[in-house]
Amino acid sequence: MATERQERTMQEVNDSGLVGDRPAGLKFVHVEADQAVAYITRLRDVQGYTHLVFFTAIDYIEDSLFRLTYMVHNYDSRQDMGVQVDIPRQGASMESIHHLWPHAATYQRELKEMFGIDFPGSPGVDDSFILEGWTGISPMRREFDTRQYSEQTYFPRPGRVTHDTAAYMKENLYPSEAETW
Amino acid sequence: MKESNMDGLQSTATETEQQLEDMAKEMRLANDGLSEQDKGYFCDVRPHRVEPYKGIMESFANWARSQSLWILGFGTGCGAIELRPLMTSRFDMYRYGIQARPTPRQSCVFIIGGYASVKTLKRIVRSYEQMQGPKFVLGLGSCTVNGGMYWDSYNTINRIDQYIPVDVYIAGCMPRPEALLGGFIKLKQMIREGKCEGMNKYIDDFDWYKANQKQIIHDWNMPDYNW
Amino acid sequence: MNVIMTKAWYTLISLFVITNYGLLLGGTMARVRAKVQGRIGQPVWQPYIDILKNNFKRTGIYHGVMFYLGPVFRLAGGLGTYLFIPAVYGSLVFSNFSFSGDLLLVMYFIFFGQLGMALGAGQSGHPYSPLGVSRGLAQMTAFEVPFALSVIAIAAQYQTLSITEIVAAQQGGMLNWVAFTNPLAMVAGMISFLGMSMGNPFSVVIAPQEIPIGPPTEMQSSFLGMLQTNRAIFNGAKLVLFMNLYFGGATNIGVMVVKTFLIYLYTVIVDASFPRFRTDQSIRFFLGIPALIGIAAVVLQML
Repeated sequence: MATERQERTMQEVNDSGLVGDRPAGLKFVHVEADQAVAYITRLRDVQGYTHLVFFTAIDYIEDSLFRLTYMVHNYDSRQDMGVQVDIPRQGASMESIHHLWPHAATYQRELKEMFGIDFPGSPGVDDSFILEGWTGISPMRREFDTRQYSEQTYFPRPGRVTHDTAAYMKENLYPSEAETW
Repeated sequence: MKESNMDGLQSTATETEQQLEDMAKEMRLANDGLSEQDKGYFCDVRPHRVEPYKGIMESFANWARSQSLWILGFGTGCGAIELRPLMTSRFDMYRYGIQARPTPRQSCVFIIGGYASVKTLKRIVRSYEQMQGPKFVLGLGSCTVNGGMYWDSYNTINRIDQYIPVDVYIAGCMPRPEALLGGFIKLKQMIREGKCEGMNKYIDDFDWYKANQKQIIHDWNMPDYNW
Repeated sequence: MNVIMTKAWYTLISLFVITNYGLLLGGTMARVRAKVQGRIGQPVWQPYIDILKNNFKRTGIYHGVMFYLGPVFRLAGGLGTYLFIPAVYGSLVFSNFSFSGDLLLVMYFIFFGQLGMALGAGQSGHPYSPLGVSRGLAQMTAFEVPFALSVIAIAAQYQTLSITEIVAAQQGGMLNWVAFTNPLAMVAGMISFLGMSMGNPFSVVIAPQEIPIGPPTEMQSSFLGMLQTNRAIFNGAKLVLFMNLYFGGATNIGVMVVKTFLIYLYTVIVDASFPRFRTDQSIRFFLGIPALIGIAAVVLQML
């Protein structure tokens, strides 16, 4: 049950060319892992997508795979394109693209440290990216419980309470009213 | 009275045999096994307590220390953003005698601004130990008190007073410059009352602090005490 | 014996006055700068409290004999500079140990302090200290050129190397000042004074954001207290020297205070208005126009 203001916002969003939750001009291509680098090379050399915007991973623990997203940009047609590759979570490793863009080595280093995805041959992929002396599992994996780790390792102060401001104000101002949203 | 840390070895002559043995075990040179070139970089002397003066001399010294607080210009976290308005005209910390110095050797107040990740904690410990006593620590923001916003993060510590002694906490996320000035006024009051003996507290509980630090910081590639 | 005792007392009084004056001058100028920036600023007596606090530190890091002697040399340089300049012309108490030829000795002492500091900073082992020292000495060599030329011009003009006689020759009205009888020498000297006081645009030596403070990086507790005391004395000595050389000296303390305050204000105004030169830019600057002005002053005297 959307209010009038929410209806207006959704109309503006549709007019600006959003399809679902993505901009209309942004396309994603799903590629098999063994063809991905060849496809990206073709995008770079033949079709003019010469700029690597970013390269990241999403952990789908329910489907037990990592979805890597390479975002490339074409300066002539001013378009972004996303290439998505699925790799299995166990023994995750992918071909390196540092020969296409040298700065991809840094993204690969980050993914190695944070997710544990190996990129054999990438320069400096085993160097620590942010964490120093980290000996546990890769922290961005969803099976890593960061709250439990923090409570065990970093001496938490007993007696820590959280005050939710909305609940506090409701209790003080309108204690007997039901929630209306 | 003033003591140079290098004279620590001579002053152990009057301690008991057991303590001498313990210290001999600790003073196994930390630079064993390094090349001749690198040996000089590592210091291997434990810190020694320096007692305050007595009576009116200490009161006068504390008054002078409270009127001239030199903070270390090391912005450890997001708290550093609140130090910049302090230096400008509106909140003006210079009228309180507070100046920013770039090196830990010359400063006496260390402001831990905000969260401290494990990486930063190593540098905080190193800088804190290089400061000359008496030295004071201000914990700025809730992250130094109980972890604040990042209490469940795998990379930030929850309580800074497990690793270095803290004199005044200033709660908030971030506290406004007025709150920070209020914290400084509280610190001055405490210094004048003689309650800020963080340096000696660190030396007394040195093993406990070191054990906590080494538990968190895994790649310990620096001396035990960085004077 | 009595003469020596009285002279010793006079020297102590003179040192006492210049130390306090230098410290208060530093504090006052910080307050003036604060008022210009629209804030209240630190109290005028803050330098005293800073020195007291530094001396009350309980620990001190000691890097070796030369490290200890570095501030001592610097203080010796400051004292030596001051004690050979007549602070107040014609006063028994404040004429210090000036003698004929003391102008060259004073120029030597200005350099001497920096050299001692260089040795002390080098032994501290911190990589930024000798970096600051090498910049400082390079800059010092550069600004000595117009300064020395200006001094030669004045010495040739008045046929003497004694500061007292130069001051004596400037008595009797404002038009007798060297500033008006030899303006080229005054301009060259005042530009080199900017380099000597290490304010902008020549502050790369002690650039606080680049190399933490430069030469005094490792100096702490009582070493720093000694350096701060020396800064006051040395500053006062340089101001008095320039007042004597170019602006007619002073016949009583009030005139000395006013003239030195105005000269210091001039450096602070330039300091607040300009950004910083790199070391090679400042060397090129000093060996350019100011050196030419100095050469012109000398040549005019020879004609």
